[in-house]
Amino acid sequence: MNFRDTMLDEYKEILKTYINDQTEQALYMSQKFSRKSIEFKISPEEMISLHKTSIMELEPELPESLLLSLDILLEVMMSYGLAYREHQSLRTIQRELINEIEVAASMQQTLLGTQIPNIPSMDIGAISVPAKQMSGDYYHFVSHENGAISVAIADIIGKGIPAALCMSMIKYSMDSMPEDSQAPGDVLERLNRVVEQNVDPTMFITMFSGLYNPETHMFSYSSAGHEPGFFYHAETGEFEELQAKGLLLGVDKKAKYNEYDRKVEVGDVILLMSDGVTECRTEDGFLEVDTLIGYIEKYIHLGSQEIANKVYKELEYLQDFQLRDDFTLIILKRTI
Amino acid sequence: MDSSVKIINEWDIVAARQLGRNVAKELGFGTVDQARITTAISELARNIYLYAGQGEITIEKVENGAKRGMTIISRDEGPGIPDLRKVMEDGFSTSGGLGAGLPGVKRLMDEFSIESTPGEGTLIQSVKWLR
Repeated sequence: MNFRDTMLDEYKEILKTYINDQTEQALYMSQKFSRKSIEFKISPEEMISLHKTSIMELEPELPESLLLSLDILLEVMMSYGLAYREHQSLRTIQRELINEIEVAASMQQTLLGTQIPNIPSMDIGAISVPAKQMSGDYYHFVSHENGAISVAIADIIGKGIPAALCMSMIKYSMDSMPEDSQAPGDVLERLNRVVEQNVDPTMFITMFSGLYNPETHMFSYSSAGHEPGFFYHAETGEFEELQAKGLLLGVDKKAKYNEYDRKVEVGDVILLMSDGVTECRTEDGFLEVDTLIGYIEKYIHLGSQEIANKVYKELEYLQDFQLRDDFTLIILKRTI
Repeated sequence: MDSSVKIINEWDIVAARQLGRNVAKELGFGTVDQARITTAISELARNIYLYAGQGEITIEKVENGAKRGMTIISRDEGPGIPDLRKVMEDGFSTSGGLGAGLPGVKRLMDEFSIESTPGEGTLIQSVKWLR
């Protein structure tokens, strides 16, 4: 039998029990009753009406004024009922949106997937973890026909879905980049034009672009306002910031990007990152560069992927497992 | 036998409610449905008063085969509603999260239709059937 058919009797029974002797049992029954009535979508105004009907049947001698007062209560409950129903419908919408974002996020992962190149002289590792569902960080590798490897890391200023949409465009333009324009400066100049023409002027992108030549072991790079990476000199054990000057993508379509070079010796490590790494915030404020380098140093003897994973774990712990920004770290280590 | 109330000031909202309640009672609607119908009338009349300046609420009895019920008709020659989808969306009404507004009316009643032409006005018809 439907709850709607039996609820008057059920409610009357609870009311009668309570009027006769004020037990906690009756109060508990009414709590259970209210759960059930919510489940069956009984509105607040219906509850008042149910109450009035019940009490009139149980206590026919009640003063008229008391019964009339319930009319006012019912009227007052109308707006609560409306607000409640709106809330229910918004919850449904919210659930749908969450599902949709989940689908979009997994699609983003597929769409933006990049293969880590496999070359003998370089051990490469990468980790990228979004703070929310959709990531505003992006990294990309290209293995060129001549054996060289391009690496790019980008951070879209702005988060969530707009950033993710914008990123698909970056990815597409990188994929359609001609084979002969491998130079990091050229890559950034091309992308800058794409971004400048197609993206909302309030959205900016920082990007680091690098090219490794396995024959000469030269690493050349350019930056469009991106977080500087680090270069670890195995011989001295020193870390050097990979400074590079360059305007953010999308600001000025005529922007030029200088190229810088480093000779990579055996054991040297190149670390590229998004600002989610360096601007990792703890209770005591921003993470100090020295602290970050300390973590990297601790694991520098490991393989690249392991360094990336371990450093991420340390910083995740440091932030109480709550990422405030998307986190991307790429490690390139020359092995032979 | 239709009856209408002109909505010019806030007290006319009360008159429209009264008219609606009388008809609802006469038709045999229970107290909960009476409260729903009058709340819907309130919302529609309030919209006229607040956004159109003036207009009219008409109450009609309706029959459809064995079904009997009543229609609330809200008519104004105000500025009209440029984006109907938006006003029919939950959480976007001017009520500020109170669940009222036109989506609220739609929920309180059984049938709801709206026509609006910017610059010409708005016509809303909403039916409640006796169960």
